[in-house]
Amino acid sequence: MSAAAPAVFRRANDRLARRRVVNHALELVAWLAAPVGVGILGLVVWSVAKRGASQLNLDLLTKPPVPFAIGTVRQGLANAFAGSLVIVGLATAMTLPVGILVAVYVNEFARRPVRNGLGLALDVLTGIPAIVIGIFVFGLVVVGRGQSGYAGAFALAVLMLPYVARATIEVLALVPDSLREASLGLGVPRWRTTVGIVLPQTIGGIVTGGVLAVARVAGETAPLLFTSSIVGNQIAWNPAHALQTVPVAIFELSEQGDPADTARAWAAAFVLLVFILVTSLGARWLANRSRRKLGRAAR
Amino acid sequence: MSTLDATGAPAHRPFAGRRGARVGDVVLPGMSGLAALVAVVLIGLIAYKVAAGSRLALSTFGLGFLSHVGWDPVHGRFGGASFLFGTAVTSVGALILATPLALAIALFLTELAPRWLRAPVTALVETLAAIPSVVIGLWGIIVLGPVLRDHVMPGLHSALGFIPLFGPAGPGPGVFTAIVVLTIMILPIVSSIARELFLGVPPELKEAALGLGTTRWEMVRGVVLPYTRGGIAAAVILGLGRAVGEAIAVAQVIGGVDNLVSWNLFAGGNTLAAKIALEFQSSTSDLETSSLFYLALILLVFSLVVNVVARSVVRRVARRQGLVLR
Repeated sequence: MSAAAPAVFRRANDRLARRRVVNHALELVAWLAAPVGVGILGLVVWSVAKRGASQLNLDLLTKPPVPFAIGTVRQGLANAFAGSLVIVGLATAMTLPVGILVAVYVNEFARRPVRNGLGLALDVLTGIPAIVIGIFVFGLVVVGRGQSGYAGAFALAVLMLPYVARATIEVLALVPDSLREASLGLGVPRWRTTVGIVLPQTIGGIVTGGVLAVARVAGETAPLLFTSSIVGNQIAWNPAHALQTVPVAIFELSEQGDPADTARAWAAAFVLLVFILVTSLGARWLANRSRRKLGRAAR
Repeated sequence: MSTLDATGAPAHRPFAGRRGARVGDVVLPGMSGLAALVAVVLIGLIAYKVAAGSRLALSTFGLGFLSHVGWDPVHGRFGGASFLFGTAVTSVGALILATPLALAIALFLTELAPRWLRAPVTALVETLAAIPSVVIGLWGIIVLGPVLRDHVMPGLHSALGFIPLFGPAGPGPGVFTAIVVLTIMILPIVSSIARELFLGVPPELKEAALGLGTTRWEMVRGVVLPYTRGGIAAAVILGLGRAVGEAIAVAQVIGGVDNLVSWNLFAGGNTLAAKIALEFQSSTSDLETSSLFYLALILLVFSLVVNVVARSVVRRVARRQGLVLR
């Protein structure tokens, strides 16, 4: 536009320029936001790796802690790793059958209103804070019987249940109905169709859902704080007594100011984080793969 | 007709004759129905147990518990107001920081990012949700806390100190550190839901807006955001539920200062969930334990309301858009 252009055009032009500037400014904000999100992850992982990896040695995994340690005693958190293994394993064993059965009911047998109601129930269960689950299990089991590995495992199982059920429902929904119809049409009873035809199709999805749920609860502290935390320092495997766990150990060590304790907390955090990142990313990758495969089969 | 025998039934029905067939068709629905019942009963049992545990505190303090500031084990007088206040400040603060950032990330992932970048960045942001709260808390005390205390808080105090929120910094971590930690924890939740909502906006609408000559931002403001408004509100509420219920990471960084109702974000404080985590094992009386159950009851009621409201909104939106949300 030359200087001779009518004022109305010049104004329109100015306005367009302003709109462009606003647009570019906000696009820039969005471009910057993504690195911030990824950067936070990088920052946390990097600081845990930097502080944790240097403290990492075999003693951490094989030696129990030594109370009132003086000087450089070779000590670790073997009791916590053993306890986490037992408690998370037990929780998985408790929750997996129930979660799968819930999903089977929701997807194969329930009528629509029941199905919606159960979906809501699973959502509500997902949303209950972990600390409240801890208080609940304390009131249900620990009062009277005392803390135990079983109580801790039960608390984790409650947390895992909605995840396992949701993951299984999701893969069950992907199994094409033509498969069920073909089986039923051949005269195979409903239950055999479900157990023999439908569930085997979803085994990959159920496994990855289970692994994701394990990754999610392996780092949970709040449900174990009142159910399995009053422990000794020796390595123990019996869930009839309270067992130390990795997250609770990190929590307790982080509350103390002693640099040696903090160092062990970082090392344990590093091991925990690596375990969780590897399992959850691996499971996610597997889930995407098996979903693609199921999707192809459906077509 | 040759396959029919004298009774008129098909001769070859391999499973029909076995007794297992009929039994299985009763057992499997029965067992799975029972499991479903367990899931529902569990919710009732949780509510019952938490309510039963707080009965003593409920009968002693009633609803006055909610407005009384003070946690005094010596005189047996307990109130939850300062923890309610701390919970409100930390979670609302975290939402104020996390929501714009999460929406910007979601917009970047759906509108701006080159296609090859979308999947990896999405996965990385969602991985943030997988980091255990105790690890974020540890990072919060040792790495984040000192940085905020030495660099961010004094700067904000000297620049904006006339606002009561930005008072003088305390000696250790506090409410502000808790807000930042919670921001990190709810960011992936809000951004992943927002991303799925944005993906569900019909391309015709967006193209129509662009075809009318809008800039990309005007298209987002005029089409994408209004179309997904309800879902975004639900995502924010879900983030709020997560922030309110987080106990461990907050307990590690907030300083555990009871009975303080202060607008100064740089001072110490406490929240409902953190108070339970820090205090439960050192509770000295039945009344104190019951009062902690009362705090848990508040959390439980809040989480029930939040989830029923938010998830029904999210699902309604998702159904309308034909999306499958996790």
